[in-house]
Amino acid sequence: MPFIPHTPADERSMLDAIGVTDISSLFDEIPKDLRAAPLTGIPIAMTEMAVGRLMSDRATRDGRPLNFIGAGAYEHHIPAAVWSIVTRGEIYSAYTPYQAEASQGTLQTIFEYQSMIASLTAMDVSNASLYDGASALAEACLMAVRIQKKTSGAQILMPRAVSPVYRRCAESICGLQGLVFNSIEYDRLGGTTSLVSLSDSTGNDVTAIVIQQPNFFGMLEDVDALTDWAHAKGALVIAVVNPMTLAVLRPPGEWGAKGADIVVGEGQPLGVPLSGGGPYFGFMTTRIEHVRQMPGRIVGRTVDLDGRTGYTLTLQAREQHIRRSKATSNICTNQGLLMSAATIYMAIMGAQGLEEVATASVHNTELLVSAIAALPKVRTAFIGPRFHEAVLQLDVPVAAALEGLARRGIAGGYDLSRDYPELGSALLVCATETKTAADIDRYLEALDTVMTNVDSVGEC
Amino acid sequence: MSSHVPDDLLYTASHEWVRRNSDGSCTVGITDHAQHALGDIVYVDPPAAGREVSAGDACAVVESVKAASDVYSPVAGTIIAGNTDLASASEKLSADPYGEGWLFRLQPSDVAALSGLLTPAAYRDSLAACGD
Repeated sequence: MPFIPHTPADERSMLDAIGVTDISSLFDEIPKDLRAAPLTGIPIAMTEMAVGRLMSDRATRDGRPLNFIGAGAYEHHIPAAVWSIVTRGEIYSAYTPYQAEASQGTLQTIFEYQSMIASLTAMDVSNASLYDGASALAEACLMAVRIQKKTSGAQILMPRAVSPVYRRCAESICGLQGLVFNSIEYDRLGGTTSLVSLSDSTGNDVTAIVIQQPNFFGMLEDVDALTDWAHAKGALVIAVVNPMTLAVLRPPGEWGAKGADIVVGEGQPLGVPLSGGGPYFGFMTTRIEHVRQMPGRIVGRTVDLDGRTGYTLTLQAREQHIRRSKATSNICTNQGLLMSAATIYMAIMGAQGLEEVATASVHNTELLVSAIAALPKVRTAFIGPRFHEAVLQLDVPVAAALEGLARRGIAGGYDLSRDYPELGSALLVCATETKTAADIDRYLEALDTVMTNVDSVGEC
Repeated sequence: MSSHVPDDLLYTASHEWVRRNSDGSCTVGITDHAQHALGDIVYVDPPAAGREVSAGDACAVVESVKAASDVYSPVAGTIIAGNTDLASASEKLSADPYGEGWLFRLQPSDVAALSGLLTPAAYRDSLAACGD
């Protein structure tokens, strides 16, 4: 079935109209060695039936493990209404609106989304969403440099308690643009970024500090002290937050005396399924005085000549179709589909619903952590307030324990030993509202058994 | 339409004007022609005081409903002040481009460099050449 509507005759008449012999000559100005066709390494076409079979076979191989992994992507219950509504023809759109003002419904959805995210984070303005949380952090770092008008040697303080994936992503995207990322240690007892390590390791010229709350270990940072410390140094505060937690935690706009300057995060917990890692969406909010340095699209609400409400893309002079190489970002798009799902999820859940999800997740993780204390070969790594994740230290290699749990149908957590070797055999676990007391018991029993087996016979 | 080109200023081909102040500093803005070409000005981002600039460095941004344009430093020097009043009153730039609409003051590192700028007559000629 052809998906391209033009017939060979259509193509011929178009080519004749512009006086070109064939389509390939339209690309003459591209040197031959830079052209990709023919594509090698692409397997031969499969039928829809065969692809369906292949994908369902692979999905079956995953099993449906009882999931205790968080580490940046969280399993939450998604009310059935969310995706029934998102996939309606009127809303279903993967991408940013082109002919934007002709798509008033799409623009209104984005406007509602922006209003909700701005409200959750207690900031003035939100953009229409970005690719994901990690690239949103990279964009926030670049934005901080523009706000501070740094032309060279911009220094970003990046605590090690920030997600290692986010750190690597930000460093990949920004590293070649002259930004210097200064790694900040965490306190080994509390698992949080301490002011002492900050003061030790920085000079006076700091462009911005990144603060993740809760941090990658699930621990709660002293965000007020960190924010005030940064502002006293003339540095901006980039908050990385899980939007779900903001139903109960104080929002970044209220951190310290002045609040965070830029807020970013991963929107996945708001109605987006885990889906093996994506697609997700990133969000970004800021204070109104920095809006012209914000990347991404922004929808505004206005009135037409007859006084009727209308929605429009606004502040477009920041964007690449106008500002070219000096645009605030190459990202003049948004994640339309995922953002729509989040908007509908938030609308269905309401403030109370989000709070219930957050509270239940905290409660379940506490159940898990308190029961861990009864196991002989497992300890929690850090002492202090946490949200819905915890670091466990095991007396056996974490990879072996995870393998044993997997064999028992349990995705047992995220192995921290690669990114945090100093923590030894360490595991990051998460129990959201989706876990029952029986699920948690099953996890603990399996972990106990696996630990004993690994310890005694060296296998699980 | 012919734009206003005061006789007591110097100019650049990129439509900045330069006023030589009695203390040796210079005040810089964009010309009447430039503000007309841009249309309604909605936002101005002036440079921060203390910044060292070379001739031709982009150091301010003027955003209109049509475009966002850089304003370039006419000579090398140090920014003494940016006109921060414009952030909340960008319409002053359209209404009074040579007065309240000034963008920044700078201390040239070499006053002789000012002799390389356009005279009012030369700037008028360049506008005439492009049809103004």
